[in-house]
Amino acid sequence: MRITVDTDRCVGAGQCVLSAPGVFDQDADGVVLVLDPSPAPADHEAVWQAGDLCPAHTITVYGD
Amino acid sequence: MAGTAEPKVVPFPLRVPGEPFPPPRYEEYRRSEGLVLTHLPNGNRVWLVTRHAEVRAVLTSKKISANPDREGFPHISDTMGVPRQEQIPGWFVGLDSPEHDRFRKALIPEFTVRRVREMRPAIERTVDGLIDSMLAAGNTADLVADFALPVPSLVISSLLGVPPVDRDFFESRTRTLVAIRTSTERQRDTAAKELLRYINRLVGIKATWPGDDLISRLLATGSISTQEMTGVLMLLLIAGHETTANNIALGVVTLLLNPQWIGDQRAVEETLRFHSVADLVALRVAVEDVEIGGRLIRAGEGVIPLAAAANHDEEAFACPHLFDPARTERHHVAFGYGVHQCLGQNLVRAEMEIVYRRLFERIPTLALAVPAEELPLKYDGVLCGLHELPVRW
Repeated sequence: MRITVDTDRCVGAGQCVLSAPGVFDQDADGVVLVLDPSPAPADHEAVWQAGDLCPAHTITVYGD
Repeated sequence: MAGTAEPKVVPFPLRVPGEPFPPPRYEEYRRSEGLVLTHLPNGNRVWLVTRHAEVRAVLTSKKISANPDREGFPHISDTMGVPRQEQIPGWFVGLDSPEHDRFRKALIPEFTVRRVREMRPAIERTVDGLIDSMLAAGNTADLVADFALPVPSLVISSLLGVPPVDRDFFESRTRTLVAIRTSTERQRDTAAKELLRYINRLVGIKATWPGDDLISRLLATGSISTQEMTGVLMLLLIAGHETTANNIALGVVTLLLNPQWIGDQRAVEETLRFHSVADLVALRVAVEDVEIGGRLIRAGEGVIPLAAAANHDEEAFACPHLFDPARTERHHVAFGYGVHQCLGQNLVRAEMEIVYRRLFERIPTLALAVPAEELPLKYDGVLCGLHELPVRW
């Protein structure tokens, strides 16, 4: 699994942090931070959910 | 391919007093057409969008604008007691990107998951204080007036740095502003003007004597002018007040009717989906021809994504008519979607979680004082909620 983020588009909703707190965080400006760019399988479902919930399509998740 | 068959035309207003919410016809529209047409009292053609996937598509389309000054914008909101919203500088829900983004980016740090977590002890004190007052006053209360409305109002006033001595003034004026049934238009107008004047003065004070509050921090960024600041603050106040209060009131009723979920934190998210109180809030207009759900929406036509319809779409949620906090789907659009998705959503979640926990811990015998079917549901305006919630213990 790979994750890319387009930080310019981030609107700071924090849905990624709530879905997968070990994988995503927000910096002081509220912009998404990827803590773990290749998360363990146990986190995959939560990461897919984070990608789906992101209201600005900031987060893209690849399943390869 | 855009459909060529004539779309169904449905009456406006969409809701009828005495009906359950969401109205049964939402399901009919969703199943048969997805998008239906309606005509506002001014004659404007407006598309109603009822399916979850299509609501999301509308709210992320670059061809669809949130700007109320655009020709064809579906103006249906006239009940919030503020002057024409689009006239207020800083009212950034009515701006499209990139103008919108400057305001959003300046405010994001105030509403991050971490920042909201830091606010929790203060919210708990507020909630406990209101419960203390209700308990001291006897064994009955109106949970809307005595609790659900003051909780968000007090939280917002503390966030904005309203001095404690002004909190009663602030709370009473914000309450008048949203009390559509019990206040006159003139009273609401006066309250809005008094609040605007107060907020202007507060911004001036914070500019001279900054404190540890949102206004002071926002002023320090230098990215929002003093004039825009007033619009931003009125927006936070109005967007965050009655919406949260309605979620609290309807959520408490739902838990009283489904007591097996009391104490389960997942009830917060499900309340948001199940009640979808801000059903008609995200008003839009197409600025270019755009195809949504097989329908061609032409430039200049209004578009209203119905949050409650989308959140009860069986393609998106299993058994959507059931209040089921154990469901795993979290992709409801109760806070909207796209770049305008509610900035304060995590604050609302924190308030609701604390309210549910403290209310039932401290008043375990809490019960409805009237049969649930007699509760006065609120249909006027763009929000759904309760006018009153009589309870006893």
